[in-house]
Amino acid sequence: MRDVYVAGIGITSFTRLEYPLAEIAAFPSMLAMQDSGLTDIEQVYVANMGGPRVNHQTALASAVVDSLSLTPAGAAAIENGPASGSAAIKEGFLAVASGMHDIVLVTGAERMREVNNLEATDFIATLTHPLAEYIYGVTLPSHAAMFTRLYMEQYGVTERHLAMVSVKNQNNAMLNEFAHLHQPITIEGILDSPEAMTNNPYIAEPLRFFDACPVSDGGAAVILVSEKVAKSIDRPLIKLAGIGQATDSHAVHERENPTDLLAVRRAAELSFGMAGLEPSDVDVAELHDAFTILEIAESEEVGFFPKGEGHIALEKGETALDGRLPINPSGGLKGKGHPVGATGVGQAHEIVHQLRGEAGERQVADAKVGFTCNFGGFGNNVICLTFVRED
Amino acid sequence: MSVDLEKILRPVDHPMTPFPAKYMTLASGEEMVIRQVDRDEIPDILQYVEPLVHVERDFYDVVAARLYSEILAYSRSRYQDQYVLVAQVDGEIAAVVNGRQVTPKLGMSLHTVALRRGLRIGAHAFATKMEYHMDVLGHDEVLIVAESPIGFRRWMIEYQLEKRFDTPHELGGVPSWSLTRELFDRARDTLVVGRRPVPDELLAKARAGILPPSDPPTPPADLLAATRSMYDSTGTALMSQRWQQEVDNA
Repeated sequence: MRDVYVAGIGITSFTRLEYPLAEIAAFPSMLAMQDSGLTDIEQVYVANMGGPRVNHQTALASAVVDSLSLTPAGAAAIENGPASGSAAIKEGFLAVASGMHDIVLVTGAERMREVNNLEATDFIATLTHPLAEYIYGVTLPSHAAMFTRLYMEQYGVTERHLAMVSVKNQNNAMLNEFAHLHQPITIEGILDSPEAMTNNPYIAEPLRFFDACPVSDGGAAVILVSEKVAKSIDRPLIKLAGIGQATDSHAVHERENPTDLLAVRRAAELSFGMAGLEPSDVDVAELHDAFTILEIAESEEVGFFPKGEGHIALEKGETALDGRLPINPSGGLKGKGHPVGATGVGQAHEIVHQLRGEAGERQVADAKVGFTCNFGGFGNNVICLTFVRED
Repeated sequence: MSVDLEKILRPVDHPMTPFPAKYMTLASGEEMVIRQVDRDEIPDILQYVEPLVHVERDFYDVVAARLYSEILAYSRSRYQDQYVLVAQVDGEIAAVVNGRQVTPKLGMSLHTVALRRGLRIGAHAFATKMEYHMDVLGHDEVLIVAESPIGFRRWMIEYQLEKRFDTPHELGGVPSWSLTRELFDRARDTLVVGRRPVPDELLAKARAGILPPSDPPTPPADLLAATRSMYDSTGTALMSQRWQQEVDNA
């Protein structure tokens, strides 16, 4: 396989966007082309989860190519649940690594706020097992709540730990101009004050309002190129050095131990193995914190911390922006937002931003190796990416 | 014979027990003070409400225009038995709520406008308004309407208001919803928060002046798109339907 590099990146604000879905995909794509200086796109992959259902928009890739005047480039849409973004990056990687293409645009976009939260929650719940879960009313918040309860019992995680993740990531988001939530929160305000229970009520006990990511619109894009193209342009050399993907049982209750996220574990191992690196080599990571518990659990499963000790590392400040291994400097899904189909590409955008040293106030010092974990389903389809700055 | 026309035009306000200021901690950790304002502070509020008349998002334009007219009329003594409460964070205006007393036992909720969105600021201000009606003025019932889907969810659904559809509300003559004492008591533990007395320093800062909002709601970038999402018919209808089922089943 040929080496693959990220030559350009672009992103919209993750927020409520009052534009058609195809425009939400096209705008960051233009920014990525502008960033790289490359316009001779040969292939386009568009990640999206809800277009047909939520926005009455099918064939999104065709619409995006036309919007960008990129015809006759090849185009295909990728739907892989909340891991759609990284799945599209994987396809883009394969297209370049195989030698089939030299310049591939991967964009992710979602417009979820066209519907209300109730419908958005139901739309996301359609990723659960249709017969074993969905028909019984399972939603992602309820899944995450059951998972959290087990995690608390097995490993001693408390609501305070969850609140610490909320506060960390939402305050990181304050430093990110593209983030959905620009409201600082405090432990006092969401956990300790007499008003905390009203400010931060349970949505699915033990998860509270501020333990869940917002429903966001947004788009993000990366341009993947061959080594030859990467070295022909004046951009930092960011190599997509490792990709790992793994699956697990669709129905969560079929897992031997539901608190073991085996697909996360395997995807991370594959990604690090391909890159020839270890978890300890990572300088900055973006983990899929759709719910606060997931950041803690994933930080263990990908190998950053021993199983059951993610919350202890959090307590010590190791995952803070100025800690040993900053996690979710962008604000994560919790603070930056979670436009599901765009999320994986958004994570890659942040890591490339960090490795280039362009992240401004949230820049992680001397970051050379970055890592993302894009968690599809409830951990049943996971993709981990490892990025390395080479120059 | 001379006639003092002002005596005819000016309504006679009935005595209403003043609202005792309170404060609460927001999710941000900031302290928000909610206090009653007098006529002389209304001009300060008007200048911050007026820009919202041009925000065609979530019915801010309609609500702001009506609030503007109501509190202007109050300040010029052309509105009977109205009160105005303001929520402030570090002196900065965060929300305005108003209402009026119809009879010693009946209140009429007028408007709730959040000039800073999020953090349940509007919800806290509305709950405080209801507390004023129920606990301070001693009303048995408050008539309420919502102009926006957000308001409908916050008031009708969160408080599970009763229908009083045979009684037109003063806002637009639309059918009223009612917060009864029983409903209020049921919501008290989860929705009605705040502490008294307000620390002197906090209260003094709030009274020193109503500062402009630093992050007020702004007009949508794409008016057509905003209009599409504004009506939000399906979600509100579904929630309403579900709630009705719960009421019927009970």
